[in-house]
Amino acid sequence: MCRIGALKSRHYMHPSKALLLMQSQQEGHDNSGFAMVMQDLGGIFEDYKHLPTLSLACTDEGLKIAEDLLHTKGFRRVHQWVPEINPEPGLDIQAMPNYVFETFDYPKGYQNATDQEKGELLTDTRLELRAAMEKDETGFAYSFWPDVITLKEIGDPRAIGTYFNLWEPNDNFTAKVITAQCRQNTNYAIVRYAAHPFFLQGYTALANGENTFYQRNKEFQSSLHRGYIGFESDSQCFLYTLHYVHKELGWPLPYYKHVVTPLPFEDMAKRDDQEQLLAMRQSLAHLEINGPNTIIGVLPDNTLFTCCDAKKLRPVVVGRDDDMVVISSEVCGINEVLPDRNWEVDIYPNEREIVAIDDNLEVQRWNQ
Amino acid sequence: MEPIKINDLACNDLPWKIAYDPNRCTLCGSCIAACTFDAIGPKMERRRMIFTDSETPEPKTRFSAQPVIAQRDVIKNFCRGCGVCERVCPNNAISASRNPDSRFNVVYQTATGSGPKRGGRNNLEVQARTLDTLRVGRISQMTDPSLDAQRHTFDCLAPFGRILPAKALPLQQTADGKLIQDSQTPPVRWVYPVIIGDMSIGALSWRMWEAIAMAVAYLNEECGLPVRMCSGEGGMPVRLLKSKYLKYMILQIASGHFGWNRIIQAMPHMVEDPAGILIKIGQGAKPGDGGLLMAAKVAEHIQAIRGVPRTDLLSPPNHQGLYSIEESVQKMFLSFNAAFKFRVPVAIKVAASATSVSVFNNLVRDPYNIVGGFFLDGIDGGTGAAHDISLDHTGHPSVSKLRDCYLAAVAQGRQGQIPLWAAGGLGKTGNLAADAFKMMCLGANGVFTGKLILQMAGCLGNDHGRCNACNTGLCPAGITTQEPVLAKRLNPERVAENIVNYFLGMDMELRKLMAPIGNSALPIGRSDCLVSTDKAVADRLQVQYVC
Repeated sequence: MCRIGALKSRHYMHPSKALLLMQSQQEGHDNSGFAMVMQDLGGIFEDYKHLPTLSLACTDEGLKIAEDLLHTKGFRRVHQWVPEINPEPGLDIQAMPNYVFETFDYPKGYQNATDQEKGELLTDTRLELRAAMEKDETGFAYSFWPDVITLKEIGDPRAIGTYFNLWEPNDNFTAKVITAQCRQNTNYAIVRYAAHPFFLQGYTALANGENTFYQRNKEFQSSLHRGYIGFESDSQCFLYTLHYVHKELGWPLPYYKHVVTPLPFEDMAKRDDQEQLLAMRQSLAHLEINGPNTIIGVLPDNTLFTCCDAKKLRPVVVGRDDDMVVISSEVCGINEVLPDRNWEVDIYPNEREIVAIDDNLEVQRWNQ
Repeated sequence: MEPIKINDLACNDLPWKIAYDPNRCTLCGSCIAACTFDAIGPKMERRRMIFTDSETPEPKTRFSAQPVIAQRDVIKNFCRGCGVCERVCPNNAISASRNPDSRFNVVYQTATGSGPKRGGRNNLEVQARTLDTLRVGRISQMTDPSLDAQRHTFDCLAPFGRILPAKALPLQQTADGKLIQDSQTPPVRWVYPVIIGDMSIGALSWRMWEAIAMAVAYLNEECGLPVRMCSGEGGMPVRLLKSKYLKYMILQIASGHFGWNRIIQAMPHMVEDPAGILIKIGQGAKPGDGGLLMAAKVAEHIQAIRGVPRTDLLSPPNHQGLYSIEESVQKMFLSFNAAFKFRVPVAIKVAASATSVSVFNNLVRDPYNIVGGFFLDGIDGGTGAAHDISLDHTGHPSVSKLRDCYLAAVAQGRQGQIPLWAAGGLGKTGNLAADAFKMMCLGANGVFTGKLILQMAGCLGNDHGRCNACNTGLCPAGITTQEPVLAKRLNPERVAENIVNYFLGMDMELRKLMAPIGNSALPIGRSDCLVSTDKAVADRLQVQYVC
């Protein structure tokens, strides 16, 4: 079983908070990996928010492939950060030779392009990078998007934290939204891409659970968007549906819940908006999910949210203080990060709601 | 002595032979009265009896004439093996047994100049059923909990109607972030995933048809199961057309257009829309052969409902005037959609065939979005009447073809846009829930069934040549006859009760299959939860092979 966590803060925070959040839940996961997505970046990336940053783990050969490809497409590197690694003997980590976080300026022809055009270029470029490095696994391009950094690795999260020097807080490497998870895919083959959180065009999703409609989700999503690929984990479907509903269809977030866990027909029939809800259910029947799930997601505007399967078969809790909201599979993680909060206002979301947190840390609960 | 010509028809030429024990028979006559085929009758036989009338044995011989029951050796009255004689005999004196040395096919054709016809059954079953090699093999255990069939809620409904892709939905966002629909979309009805398949008044006795209609009304009104029934091609009673129960009925039109005169005349008086329209192009049990209602069954009330004289009623195998699939889409679908002002879904029923995917592709790509369902009917389904040659030597199983159609939709990203409904021998083993579930996992949105409903009513026929006389109008169970005396053998209330009970049991069994795979909604396309013990089947259907 996975354990998932997310932090959203008024102030920039260091990923050590994410490690802290996840560490106390270690009995619930299996310490087989660590993955996180940082959004709304601070520190050394704060000045480059409008430019795309590539998150890459690769061999020397992979690095050359990636840089050649980006150069050919006209991207110009404006900033680079290579984490200071700490390869102590005995660390449980299957490290790649290089971890590269590079920020690029857009190709010349894109200076006046719309955000949409730029986004498509970034997606195409990342997909090309992924394909180019796939042979012999010379590299893994996790994200290529403005204001986003992704780090994933196989091993013990504590060791991964030590390896990347993430236990020591500093002001250089920070973000206002961090989502994290501490498990590799232990059901099937270990694939780096299979670790949550998953990211696509500003959208992030991670999940604790099993998607028993994986196959029909996957078969349907495969033809919806060129970016819906991989499917190394059944949880990627949650991200693709989020992206499809919110970005491609342009439906507001509350309708995501209506797509993944539609109301039973008899409940729908009592609603004023039954016509729309039924139309959505039938058109997107293949995006419905079943099985036990908790989903945490982040939208391009950095709204953080969580929702559950229709039978509430997996746990999740939301804790907060004035400066931070933390979502976690287990409350013990929140107790570590926010020991002094008023736990009486913790939210244990039910199976029919979305809990969403905006940039003002205002927490909204939408009943489906 | 009566001269015997060995080339005359004899009882041992026929498919069934009557076994009769004169020592047990009391000559009550029940068997003769019950035999609707006139296959047995009284006969006098000369018997020799040895007796003695003194105190010490002094055997004498006496000849006497004794009445017996005997099988008739008349081709028209051959025994169908229905076993009614055995059922009604109070003394176990008579029964029918299969004749493995039957010469029936040859003697029938040489005597009559036409091939044998029969009703209802596929008799050339030589291999295991495909669905029986499939198991629900993906069980939720540690990684995800299974559900509880008794305690959890399940959504067991299937769409009937054309479904638009999400991007084509006419949704507009309001200022407060709500989506509202600002124009019409094709009608879609969510119904129970088992439709009672198209058997007409005419094929069925009016009492049988009424029993199904009663069961459907009861299932809807009292049990909360939105089961729909298809009329079959033959119209329906005007009183029903004008009643609120019309909403449970799918009206069928086939190439004979039987009954539509009355339906159209009743339209201004309808208080409810019908559940749907089903355009029958083909029928799985006799693809390429049209509907056939023998004159024997065209009783007065059938003539009235259908608006025809007493004659053999043939639906031509093709809709006359439809020369191409494009034309069929434009002409038939548009006109039927328009007839009910685009409020009623219009679907098509075709026989499974090597070309089914092409037909499906044409419909799913139609630009008008007006084809509301693809009903795929396979071999092994029932039929009121057909020539033996059609039943035995034409046709295509529906399982692989259904899968092909679903995968064709998947390849185009159009799965679900035209709901797939499948039939053809489903529930043949008596368990429709299992067959329906497996077909859904392979891509069907739902299934339709006919023959099994007849079994629920007490049909005596089977797939080994027993009875199979639906075409004759002499149904011994009163199910497929228009003879008042025979129809009265059927108790409609009892049949309705049987159907209702079966559906309630099936509904629970469906949940019993959904729960272990952890699904609270129907598992359409979840082939990952099926495994097959047959490698060829597994490969063909793209499911996991297990051994």
